[in-house]
Amino acid sequence: MTAISKPAPMVEARPRESWSDTLRRSRSGLLFMAPAAILVLTFFFIPVIIITGLSATDMSSATGFQKWDWVGLENYQRMIGNPQAAYITWNTVKYVVLTLSLFNIGMALVVALLSTHIPRRAGFIFRALWLLPRITPSVVYIMMWKYVAADAPYGILNAQIFGPLGMETTNWIPAQPWVFVVLTNGFVGASFGMVIFTSAIESIPRDYMIAALVDGCSLWQRIRYVILPMIRWPLLFVTTYQTLSLLTSFESILLLTDGQFNTEVWSLWAYHRALNNYIGNFQWGFGAALATVLVLVGIVLAVIYMRYFQFDALVQEPKIEAL
Amino acid sequence: MEDTFGVGSRSRTFLPLTLLSLLTLPILVGYVWIVISTFSTRTYGLMPVDANGNFGGWTLSNWAFLWEDPIIWRLTANTLLLATGLTIGVVLVSSMAGYALSRINFPGRKSFLATTLILHAFPSVTLLIAIYFVLRWIGGIPVLGRGLPIIGGFGYNTLGGVILVSVALELPLGIWLMKGFFDQVSWDMERAALIDGCSRWRVWWQIVMPMIRPGVAALAIFSFISGWNAFLIPYTFMASQDQSTIAPYLRGLVGATVPINYSEVAAVGMFQLIPILIFFIFTQQYLLSIFGGGAKGGQ
Repeated sequence: MTAISKPAPMVEARPRESWSDTLRRSRSGLLFMAPAAILVLTFFFIPVIIITGLSATDMSSATGFQKWDWVGLENYQRMIGNPQAAYITWNTVKYVVLTLSLFNIGMALVVALLSTHIPRRAGFIFRALWLLPRITPSVVYIMMWKYVAADAPYGILNAQIFGPLGMETTNWIPAQPWVFVVLTNGFVGASFGMVIFTSAIESIPRDYMIAALVDGCSLWQRIRYVILPMIRWPLLFVTTYQTLSLLTSFESILLLTDGQFNTEVWSLWAYHRALNNYIGNFQWGFGAALATVLVLVGIVLAVIYMRYFQFDALVQEPKIEAL
Repeated sequence: MEDTFGVGSRSRTFLPLTLLSLLTLPILVGYVWIVISTFSTRTYGLMPVDANGNFGGWTLSNWAFLWEDPIIWRLTANTLLLATGLTIGVVLVSSMAGYALSRINFPGRKSFLATTLILHAFPSVTLLIAIYFVLRWIGGIPVLGRGLPIIGGFGYNTLGGVILVSVALELPLGIWLMKGFFDQVSWDMERAALIDGCSRWRVWWQIVMPMIRPGVAALAIFSFISGWNAFLIPYTFMASQDQSTIAPYLRGLVGATVPINYSEVAAVGMFQLIPILIFFIFTQQYLLSIFGGGAKGGQ
């Protein structure tokens, strides 16, 4: 029996690697990844599970961490039945659509176009200035806006514009809260699109512009028929990306009005209910249900964003392994 | 001076220049106010006035908080600690991961890369409620939770916890940027070193990292600024404003129910703003590129 040994199978010249071999070969790779993997697991994946689970409980500071119950979809039913839900949804739509169209896209495009049609150095200075609100501490930035809008005789609007014109003076934030919600967010948000649009405009081949000029195009015609069609991909990208970030960002509204004067938006609602309110009853379960809705929207948009923005092209095999 | 499209005569650039200046004006007004205000008794709009409402009233008394209020120095130390911790954490963790993703084949590489890209777009603020529970759980671990010197630990209501959360939330951007920088490095030197028997760790630390110094600098600057500015995470996960960082403390001053003295509060704001402005003057180019680079996925 043993004399006639089986011929070595030709096909398995390279035997399938055992699990432990794979592990040994890729040990350093996995070790390099370990800190990032642990952090991503702890602060992204586990939280997504927690928040989904939490949304099916009635956990609040009244029940504490011991006496809570599973309540199934009750939080979601309460959410739909809540009289606040309708106007908060409307506020959220208003906030996202106005800020996105007027500033994150509109103003970004205007600044990018204007700053590429003046001497390079001046254009660079203006773009740097537009970056300033983004890197200013948000608390300081909102404080500036609060002073711009403050009561007479202090506020800049009242002292420099409305007072001298003899018009009505007031504290403009309670008077026109939405103007200031859009302005404060917009002046920060515009710089993202501005940077991307500028590099897109600058990478349009000069020949196209010169051809358009030779044909006698006006500035408007050049923008409409040459520049806009050539940057439609960055336009689409900024629109989707900024929709998502506006939908879930609430920091400056929190600082500006804290949701007063009818400016509560969905993400701030979740935050208030679960983590920060004056009544002191933290409804973790209900807040988690509100946040879960945003998480779902976030995942869907992020996946769409990944699919349509050529992910595979970015994932080449590492060259060094082909050694 | 050369115009981008070579179409710029003086008359043609006049209109865009004027328009752009008008649009940019609102940004400048706030900064002009904060500078004037910190050095005057009070201001009517942009005009500094004395107690009777006449022009003048220049003073340094708004800065008295620097020596009269010992809290500010503890807050400054905490803010510095947060910014430094965030910078070191983000640069180390994301350059390690970025290197592995760019250079080493290991099971799960592709899916981790996909995850990173999705997380890059994923709105992490929606997870704050759940992160509160994670931090409370970490807080229950002995020593690691709340028994460490200086940073207090990594649990809820500790500076270490705030740093840890901030590092984690910045990782998707950091990993993506670092991977991009590693991808651009030629791998000849690296291969030579590996053939000579150098370990992956030495290759990473002594050969490749020095080659992407501009990338490391860009990410470090970006992280430091976001750590120094951070409001929401310290505000949410540090229970007491007096123990946390400058931003939540300033928010307490601005949001106070009593009539606030804008000039005094502006001085605290200016105090937080100065390092950022200095940073800004020297590093605008880096920052402009990182905001473009952070979104490279779309190009």
